[in-house]
Amino acid sequence: MAFGPHLLLAVLEGLVTSAVLALTALGLSLVFGVMRVVNVAHGEFFMLGAVLAWAVATAVGASPASGFAAALVIAPLIVGAVALLAERLVLRRLNHDPEATIVATIGLLYILQQLALTFYGADARPVPPPFNLRISLPWFGYSAYKLSIIATSAALLLLSWLVLTRTRAGLIMRATQYDSETAQAFGIPVGRVYAAVFAIGAMLAAIAAVLIVPISQAHYLMGQDPLLLSFAVVIIGGLGSLRGTVVAALLIGLCDGVISMFFSPTLARLIATLAVAMVLVFRPQGLFGKAAR
Amino acid sequence: MTDRKIFSATGTASLTRRTALKGLAAAGGLMSAPGFVRYAQARSSAPIRIGFQCHRTGIGASYGRWYERTTAAAVKLINEAGGINGRPVEIVIEDDGTDAGRGAEVVAKLANQHKVDIVYGTLFSHVVIGSAPAAEELKIPYYVVSEGYHVASGQLNRWCLQPGITDVRAQVTSVAPWIAANAGKKVAMIYPDYAFGYDHRDYLPPALEQAGAEVVARIAIPPTETSFTKYFPQIPSSTEVLYHVMVGPAVLTFVKELGEFYGANGPQLFGFIDSLEAVDLNSPGLDYLDGSHFWEGSPRYAQPADTDAQKAYRAAVGIDDNGASVNDPRDVSTAGHMFGCWETLYVIKQAMEACNYRGPEDRARLVEATEAITTLPEGPEHPQGDKVFDGRIHQVFGHQYISKMEGGRLNVVHKTAIEDSRYEPEADYTTQPL
Repeated sequence: MAFGPHLLLAVLEGLVTSAVLALTALGLSLVFGVMRVVNVAHGEFFMLGAVLAWAVATAVGASPASGFAAALVIAPLIVGAVALLAERLVLRRLNHDPEATIVATIGLLYILQQLALTFYGADARPVPPPFNLRISLPWFGYSAYKLSIIATSAALLLLSWLVLTRTRAGLIMRATQYDSETAQAFGIPVGRVYAAVFAIGAMLAAIAAVLIVPISQAHYLMGQDPLLLSFAVVIIGGLGSLRGTVVAALLIGLCDGVISMFFSPTLARLIATLAVAMVLVFRPQGLFGKAAR
Repeated sequence: MTDRKIFSATGTASLTRRTALKGLAAAGGLMSAPGFVRYAQARSSAPIRIGFQCHRTGIGASYGRWYERTTAAAVKLINEAGGINGRPVEIVIEDDGTDAGRGAEVVAKLANQHKVDIVYGTLFSHVVIGSAPAAEELKIPYYVVSEGYHVASGQLNRWCLQPGITDVRAQVTSVAPWIAANAGKKVAMIYPDYAFGYDHRDYLPPALEQAGAEVVARIAIPPTETSFTKYFPQIPSSTEVLYHVMVGPAVLTFVKELGEFYGANGPQLFGFIDSLEAVDLNSPGLDYLDGSHFWEGSPRYAQPADTDAQKAYRAAVGIDDNGASVNDPRDVSTAGHMFGCWETLYVIKQAMEACNYRGPEDRARLVEATEAITTLPEGPEHPQGDKVFDGRIHQVFGHQYISKMEGGRLNVVHKTAIEDSRYEPEADYTTQPL
């Protein structure tokens, strides 16, 4: 294949990776930014979204499009409810203590993973994409559904930005992120904000998973990669920064697409990890993060 | 994950006198419970304990589930027919998480804690390679159902045997002439980037060259990969046949993306059923494979020429004509491999009876008795077909099936002869001390 089309394919693949990664990492970043909780179980919320998408799509059973649409609405809601429950039952009881919550979310990771193994099984199961359209380019074909993931993700990120910057709910979240004690003094129900943010963070991961599941099947171990890459994105972009998350996701996704296509996937991972290390050494607050107060 | 109980759940809680007494009482009760030492005096009637190193979790879990069912079905029949040497067979299962490090621990645990007679049943090559040294150290026979070339190559040790399933080198050697004659002469290979894939990479090209074809590209893919489009540009445009063997949960994605990439103008496809074991062939996106060919260790779908033994085997394991569970048509079996469990257990039975196996002190004699086996006739004990066992390399040789995917099922189009898969042995385990 000539260099031009090869690069085009690499960029397209990279953009799909970025799109899913940006949504997943945004959830992680939000939870850390507002609650100061490092959610190690974030990848399992992603997995749960995919597994539930399969369950919902199978239960609806009608056309692939309606099954997928139902999954896109219902799966994130259930995942949000599970996250809410976890926040109420576990994280709140630990007073959102940073160290204790890391251990608690590791436990949550294993609980969710083993529950999925028990009730869903070890097989990878597919969800039919809402539409099967192949865009035929002169050099290769490409799935139109993959392109729609990029568009959907961009729209959702824009929506998140609007909510965070233009609405009262966003203002409350930002106030809590900026200084939770002062926020509480001003009458903001910080506890409820924490619960909502944790649920929203998990729902963002679940939405990303529902989007990806028609191209990469639901499997009970699928949460590991998104978790690692999300951490990389959040560290590079700066915790709690939406702009940083999007830029870092684009960077890592495109880097992954291009380097793994022209060189090797292992090298792409190496470079991403090296980037994380470099950022931690030279700019610990991340590219767009603000230094900790 | 395992059957091990963890008693110290809370690290900081102090052990009270009452808890300690309760624990002691419970342990004492267990020891004196009926059955615990039932066979202490009557060894001749004690069960023969076979440790089953099972991929219950991890990437091999679909295989593990079916290996477990096949094992249970075979053991039930063996026990109904009087067991081995008049003793019942008992299977002790430990999950290895399809993990090489855990695999070695499982072998040690089965041998030391569960006091099993032998260890059996491992599939994934990295687990076998990781566990083999433990088997040698403990001097316990280790019967694998793995199909990798690692046993036959001489890379392992005298305690490792593979008498129930053929190895990858034999498989590729026997199908290469068919590929060259029927699919195409320029072959691009896609294989997983670890031991099992390397067996394909190393032994297919020479076999193809001998048949007048050549390998134009070798593309290794990490087994944890979830997206494949990025590898497809490496497939040269001159490729006539794309030879694919994949494992893990992402195989559906692989086929789907291949279909999107090539559309109707792609090369011929020849795959190993490993790519689609436990996967419903009517899954969305797999229609792209229609008309392509697969190697199968044993046909997944019932064939018109099925023997009575094959039919009885399918009924005993509980799979329908489509190779899915009779209880759930969506629960598709790993038919291409799991017959190896059945046949391995019958080989173990045959060898144990030949050496009049009584207990762990006869383990070395059991290995020698297995090495002495030469031919295994087709029948209820070997439903996949007759086989030849080579005691020098601890490896069995048998027939291979090539099937065509048509209308969402696999129809056998060619069955290779046992001689097609033979190669010069590169090792002789019988020279190693036991």
